Amino acid sequence: MVEDEGIRRYVAHFILWIGIAIVAFPVYIAIIASTQDNALIANGQMSLLPGGHFFEVYYQTIFVGTSGSTREPVGNMMLNSLVMALAIAIGKIAISIISAYAIVYFRFPFRMSIFWIIFITLMLPVEVRIYPTYKIVADLHMLDSYAGLSLPLIASATATLLFRQFFMTVPDELLEASRIDGAGPLRFFWDTLLPLSRTNMAALFVILFILGWNQYLWPLLITTRDDMQTIQVGIRKMITTTDALTEWPIVMATAVLAMLPPVFVVVAMQKLFVRGLVETEK
Amino acid sequence: MQKQAIFQSKLLPYALVAPQLAIVLIFFYWPALQAVIQSFLLQDAFGLSTSFVWFENYVELFKDPAYFAAVVRTFFFSFAIAISSLSFALLLAVMADKPLRGSMLYRTLLIWPYAVAPPVVGVLWIFMLHPSLGVISRYLRAAGVDWNPLLDGNQAAGLIILAAAWKQISYNFLFFLAGLQAIPKSVFEAAAIDGARPMRRFWTVTFPLLSPTIFFLLVVNIVYAFFDTFGIIDTMTRGGPGTSTVTLVYKVYSDGLLGGNLGSSAAQSVVLMIMVIVLTGIQFRFVERKVTY
Amino acid sequence: MANVTLRNVRKTYTGGFEAIKGVNVDVADGQFCVLVGPSGCGKSTLLRMVAGLETVTGGEIDIGGRVVNQIEPADRDIAMVFQNYALYPHMSVYNNMAYGLRNRGMAEAEIKTRVEEAARVLELSAMLERKPRQLSGGQRQRVAMGRAIVRQPKVFLFDEPLSNLDAKLRIAMRVEIRKLQRRLNTTSIYVTHDQLEAMTLADILVVMNGGQVEQVGNPLAIYEKPATTFVASFIGAPPMNLMSTRPDEIKSQLDGAADEAGIVGIRPEDFAITDQTPAGGVALPLTVEAIERVGAETFVYGSREQEDQRVAATPGELPPGEVIVRIPGTDAPAIGQKIRVAAVRPKLHLFSGDGRTRIEA
Ligand SMILES: Nc1ncnc2c1ncn2[C@@H]1O[C@H](COP(=O)(O)OP(=O)(O)O)[C@@H](O)[C@H]1O
Ligand SMILES: [Mg+2]
Repeated sequence: MVEDEGIRRYVAHFILWIGIAIVAFPVYIAIIASTQDNALIANGQMSLLPGGHFFEVYYQTIFVGTSGSTREPVGNMMLNSLVMALAIAIGKIAISIISAYAIVYFRFPFRMSIFWIIFITLMLPVEVRIYPTYKIVADLHMLDSYAGLSLPLIASATATLLFRQFFMTVPDELLEASRIDGAGPLRFFWDTLLPLSRTNMAALFVILFILGWNQYLWPLLITTRDDMQTIQVGIRKMITTTDALTEWPIVMATAVLAMLPPVFVVVAMQKLFVRGLVETEK
Repeated sequence: MQKQAIFQSKLLPYALVAPQLAIVLIFFYWPALQAVIQSFLLQDAFGLSTSFVWFENYVELFKDPAYFAAVVRTFFFSFAIAISSLSFALLLAVMADKPLRGSMLYRTLLIWPYAVAPPVVGVLWIFMLHPSLGVISRYLRAAGVDWNPLLDGNQAAGLIILAAAWKQISYNFLFFLAGLQAIPKSVFEAAAIDGARPMRRFWTVTFPLLSPTIFFLLVVNIVYAFFDTFGIIDTMTRGGPGTSTVTLVYKVYSDGLLGGNLGSSAAQSVVLMIMVIVLTGIQFRFVERKVTY
Repeated sequence: MANVTLRNVRKTYTGGFEAIKGVNVDVADGQFCVLVGPSGCGKSTLLRMVAGLETVTGGEIDIGGRVVNQIEPADRDIAMVFQNYALYPHMSVYNNMAYGLRNRGMAEAEIKTRVEEAARVLELSAMLERKPRQLSGGQRQRVAMGRAIVRQPKVFLFDEPLSNLDAKLRIAMRVEIRKLQRRLNTTSIYVTHDQLEAMTLADILVVMNGGQVEQVGNPLAIYEKPATTFVASFIGAPPMNLMSTRPDEIKSQLDGAADEAGIVGIRPEDFAITDQTPAGGVALPLTVEAIERVGAETFVYGSREQEDQRVAATPGELPPGEVIVRIPGTDAPAIGQKIRVAAVRPKLHLFSGDGRTRIEA
């Protein structure tokens, strides 16, 4: 419209850039801090321009860790986070797609009961049942293990519902054509349904990967060994010590490293990300 | 709900649902059930005997002023976070919905903080606003503000709200933009022809048409503030100073860490469960759940 | 190659709805059988029972001398073309056609020959590597056909395969299908609601209504001697004029043989505008209400003075009191003009009062 021309347009650009600045500023500071000398920062004299310690700080962060309490290389923490995030994303997609397949494409006794049993889990995040879940995992000797990190977070229905919804939109004739072409249930699933679900799986994977990577409370509780720490837990442990001892450049480098994979995923796979986000919230 | 075209098989469907069912039963229903049972039991000081005490744990809980304060605080945080984040995100979305050059770039530059984990958000903000070394604190002090969120409970609360709202901007922005783009442009054009100036058009056309999205986001933001702020609080203030940033989830966590009263901790979990169920129920009941993009 | 026999076939859906109420049809080897009827009459249900996609709740389906009621679709040696084609969206044209053959464990070399041959016949050779979404509607339809013919099944089943195409393409494909079927000489059952498609394709036409067969036979025979008023009004366009014999005006003109008749039917093309009254025939005074000139012929819509009393109302029928007359050329009376039309005795179709029985004079 006419009024979108001229001055209003500049106002819009201006407001958006303000928004971007607000959103980006903390991260900018983190990146700057991760290149500077700790003494300077601790004195409250941090410069707002990049310092010269980039390689040194990141080398120490990734391969050595802080010199203080935990002393766990962040590289290892990232590996733990990666394994956990992948296990959650892949595990959830795998078990959800097959159970959704059973619920949509078969008729069997207790079908609806099973659907509801799975559906209800949608309502309660792990935080509200945290200690009983901890106890189970401890009883199963899964503390400090990847299984313990990921399995309880897989127990949720979002993905199942998403696949169910998608399967309902697949034309019946496709299954009928497959049957006439001699495909049984497993072959139809593998040859037709799975390839058709690719985009949905990818979108879901993007979201679940980010959610998995960013898990905090659960890993905090069930990892006791330093070498099983995820990066989110590790970063908090770095600032547990009294302020004076906190090695801020390393903390900030860890923050940057913790943001890198999920932010990369969002930016590089923006379309899938947006789709996944919107779909999982439906 | 069910396809017309289906397969016949007796055992296969059970085999297919078995993995998910097993995980859900072991890691969801069993712990949830434990929490409910536990909340009706009282254990003696040495953990030697337990007795069934009906609602005593709940009664104790609600009589506890610290718990009551945490409830009030949690709701206050939730609304403060939701409203500040939603309004700023809406402003940005309305701007980004205009036919501007580079609007895709704006979107990309505004949505990525979604991917930043809560504890990292906490670390970023505490670093900037740290009383002794924060880069912003310098200016605050220079401006004469007695800034010390590690000692001042109100400042700490403000900091938590600020950081939590910051993280949620991108999510809200994305859904607002989707909501705006779903409104046919001709509606705005008709309103313009009807003589509504831009501001008026926003309040009489855009805002009402967006109300399903707003309500949906309000619920999502409140649930977010309930749970995902944990990581922010734990890295920034650990609930302090005192208990001035202890929310319900944080309380469940920290009371549990101290060990002690299992029954009370379980009762807290159950109350939390009920709150989430109510919130989710509201969302299912009232929100137009097809947010199109 | 096989014949298909339906013996008293019934279908009651799980909800209790009886969609097919006892159907008997015999399709000889190599014949092209068309099931035609209004939407919802059970054509698809019947076809899908032959395919094995719906269970048979009564009677027997026999393909090539074998009762197939309990046999899986894949083992019935049939191929089907769906209305929406049901192509596998993620597979190339080639793989769409090859899939069923691979599932049967056929050697790749043999698959290749068959698919390429089918592609050649259907003019798809240049598109074998494309995905269905990169094809036009007509091409997709041909892929669906190709998927059926590579299988070299005993029976082809078609469920309204042309209804998603535009009118021109529909006619072209209709001719294609018929040529192809003649060449392959494969027994076919074809479902459509379009009577013109049915007439032009069928060796044997099955007119269905409300889950029952109204009439089976050669299309022209059905056109010339419709067994019921339903068939009379469904087959032929514009539909046959059906009138009650009750008004004395008509009754008095008919001879004794028509005494038991309650309804008389006259096709629009069997009327002539004339002042004469043929012996034993019917003449009607009409007021011209509307004229449609389509070039080679003209349709005259006229209204009769006397209101028609008939009760039966079946799809495709004219409203009571309205008569369509088809005349060649473009010369037509003016609107509002009073005319007189007449049909000779051999062109009259007489039916019982309920329209269920044809009466031969
Ligand atoms: N799965 C089903 N369950 C119940 N009724 C059905 C089902 N499928 C079809 N019908 C009903 O059976 C009748 C015949 O349907 P159909 O064979 O599809 O008709 P058409 O002649 O248009 O192909 C219709 O009234 C339809 O509503
Ligand atoms: Mg049909």
